[in-house]
Amino acid sequence: MLESIWFLLWGILWAVYFMLGGFDLGVGILSPFVGKSEAEKNALLGSIGPFWDGNEVWLITAGGVTFAAFPAAYATLFSAFYTPLMFVLFGLIVRAVSIEFRNRRESSSWRGLADAGVLVGSFLPALLFGVAFANIFKGIPIDGDGVFQGNLLTLLNPYGLAGGLFFLALFLVHGALWIIHRSTGVTRERSRSLARFLWLPLTLLAVIFLFLTAFYSRLWDNYTTRPILLVIPLLAVAALLSMRYLMAKALWGRALLSSFAVIFFSVLFGVVGLYPYLLPSTLDGAYSLSIRNAASSPSTLAIMLVVALIFVPVVIIYQAWVYRLFLKEGSGS
Amino acid sequence: MDVTLLSRLQFAVATYFHFLFVPLTLGLSILLAIMETAYVRTKNEEYREMTQFWGRIFLLNFVVGVATGITLEFQFGTNWSRYSRYVGDIFGPLLAIEATVAFFLESTFIGVWALGWNRLSPRLHAASIWLVAIASNLSAIWILIANAWMQNPVGYVMKAGHPVLSDLGAVVFQGYAGLAILHTLAASYVTTGFFVMGVAAYHIARKQFLSIFIRSFRIGLSMALIFALFVVIEGHMHGANLAHIQPAKLASLEVNWVTQAKAPIFLIALPDESAAANSVEIGKIPGALSLLAFHSPSAKVIGLRDIPKENRPPVLITYLAFRLMVGLGGVLLLVAIGAWLRRNRIESSPFLLKVLLYAIPLPYAVSLLGWTVAEVGRQPWVVYGLMRTTRAVSPVASSQVAVSLAAFVVVYALIGITAFWLIAQAVRKGPGAADRHYAS
Repeated sequence: MLESIWFLLWGILWAVYFMLGGFDLGVGILSPFVGKSEAEKNALLGSIGPFWDGNEVWLITAGGVTFAAFPAAYATLFSAFYTPLMFVLFGLIVRAVSIEFRNRRESSSWRGLADAGVLVGSFLPALLFGVAFANIFKGIPIDGDGVFQGNLLTLLNPYGLAGGLFFLALFLVHGALWIIHRSTGVTRERSRSLARFLWLPLTLLAVIFLFLTAFYSRLWDNYTTRPILLVIPLLAVAALLSMRYLMAKALWGRALLSSFAVIFFSVLFGVVGLYPYLLPSTLDGAYSLSIRNAASSPSTLAIMLVVALIFVPVVIIYQAWVYRLFLKEGSGS
Repeated sequence: MDVTLLSRLQFAVATYFHFLFVPLTLGLSILLAIMETAYVRTKNEEYREMTQFWGRIFLLNFVVGVATGITLEFQFGTNWSRYSRYVGDIFGPLLAIEATVAFFLESTFIGVWALGWNRLSPRLHAASIWLVAIASNLSAIWILIANAWMQNPVGYVMKAGHPVLSDLGAVVFQGYAGLAILHTLAASYVTTGFFVMGVAAYHIARKQFLSIFIRSFRIGLSMALIFALFVVIEGHMHGANLAHIQPAKLASLEVNWVTQAKAPIFLIALPDESAAANSVEIGKIPGALSLLAFHSPSAKVIGLRDIPKENRPPVLITYLAFRLMVGLGGVLLLVAIGAWLRRNRIESSPFLLKVLLYAIPLPYAVSLLGWTVAEVGRQPWVVYGLMRTTRAVSPVASSQVAVSLAAFVVVYALIGITAFWLIAQAVRKGPGAADRHYAS
């Protein structure tokens, strides 16, 4: 029971990171293209300025919870995905210092360098998290000792790449909608046409990804045995369709909300389909890491649950307060 | 090179580099909170200028610390997966609790503080830097508790061949953790005190912004002196504790090869690990090690020869790091005392001002030496007595680790140089030169 609760919390933590980190990664990729002048680019990065650092802690927590609740899965996952994770890491490091260092010198080449750092540092995690999660859904060749028997090319299979492109498109649309919500004038106009334009590729990638899921993974098994769960992918599809409708009606705030919902239900679709596995083995089903053979002891899971039930709501309350504080119009500098 | 050595080098690079930025975050956040509180209380604009000047430096330092901290959490999985699998039940929750309880608070309110000058009342704004200060110190405390468990595993039972948490209280409140927390926080405050004094000395020597920097100098001096005195006393307790929990490390610190009563300390010694003896021994103080370790000059102290060779740490590195740490720490204490004696005539003490400026790197070196003592001295164990470092490493190709290690060296060197240069530039500009952040 505790294992199942933590499995769900584990999935939700990743989903929350992708919802929040998703828009700041999206803005990071889009800002050099949507912003033409120096002032525009600066304003675009300003729209994620107070939030990106706090958002990233959801990633740290998701990683920490993987370690704490399912150590065997954490160990195999992180060592098997060694090279892509290093790219994610370097991306996040370069991005963080680029955002902070950008305005510390009055030089356009300096800012250009920083913008490149933000772009690359946002692009790599956006793409590679998608590749990683698609491979988790699909399963990877792990042996009975939890040792990965593949290489980088094993991970760069068509399904992994489709997952990467799907995540990338998701975050780009999400970022564009965030910019529309947070900016004025010409960058807003550009983002509107960009969001409308990107919706179709996103939807195509979603369809391709779902289609490939049936071939590459066993995610659909849980849905055929318990059809009630189909409500999750249906909500994801409904959110994606309503996003287009709201864009057409120019209800941009609501379109942003539906994009939050698309990300949340897409990740939840994968996680619920994966249950009870954290990392299926493609060599032998018996080698798969699941909540049964990868979880921490019940006492550790219970202690962590108490900590999470107390502190996660507190975190949500103060982060919500911070969002309200900086989303209020008019009192900014 | 084998994958264990490469992974150790990579972890060393990542941790040393990360810890170049941690001490200032821990100490300066507290000083900023004090400065801003003074501003809120007195409405004296000078305190506001002071807060903003030190705040610009703080933010540059903070972002590198945070960005390079993620590496450490990831590396347990990427490079030390067998370790992670083995200790996950105890070590994992400590990291997860750290993120949930402390790191969220720190990272959320740093944004509020950096960009909220015009959005918050002065009181709430000052409260946000207090939250950052409390949370970053709390974060360090949880990480040190996790490290203390690797140094002295407690509160577990063995189940199916690996340690399972049986008593969280024992893990959190164990003596070693308390000592390591006091030691590391105090050392970080000394580092901050010297940083602030050094930067203040730069401007005082140039007779500019005198009022602000004499005030800053005094705040830095108080912090440096109080905690330098504290760390000497506490460091002694920390060392004495080793006699009980890690005799091999203690024996290496004082190159004591023979189990003996009245164990000596040598003023100068050079260990020869293959001969299991010292090739040079000068200035023997009989009974000094027994006295320090057990508070009795006749107490018996275990020597390295009674520890199986495969369980001994690299003696020379541990010994030299310890000696240098203590020696340079002593120099810092003397400089702090000197600064205190001339605190009212600091403007007319050009030599002292120069010393203070050039002393800035010293406490950083002392901190890294301290971590060398703690971590190299724990070898060959990753978890003392439970798991050897060679068994902790991930089953990844050494070529993968070689490439990532090279990438860490290059990327961190570039970031380190840039950060140093930007901080130096912010220091030189002095207060008042408000640089623009985001146009929000």
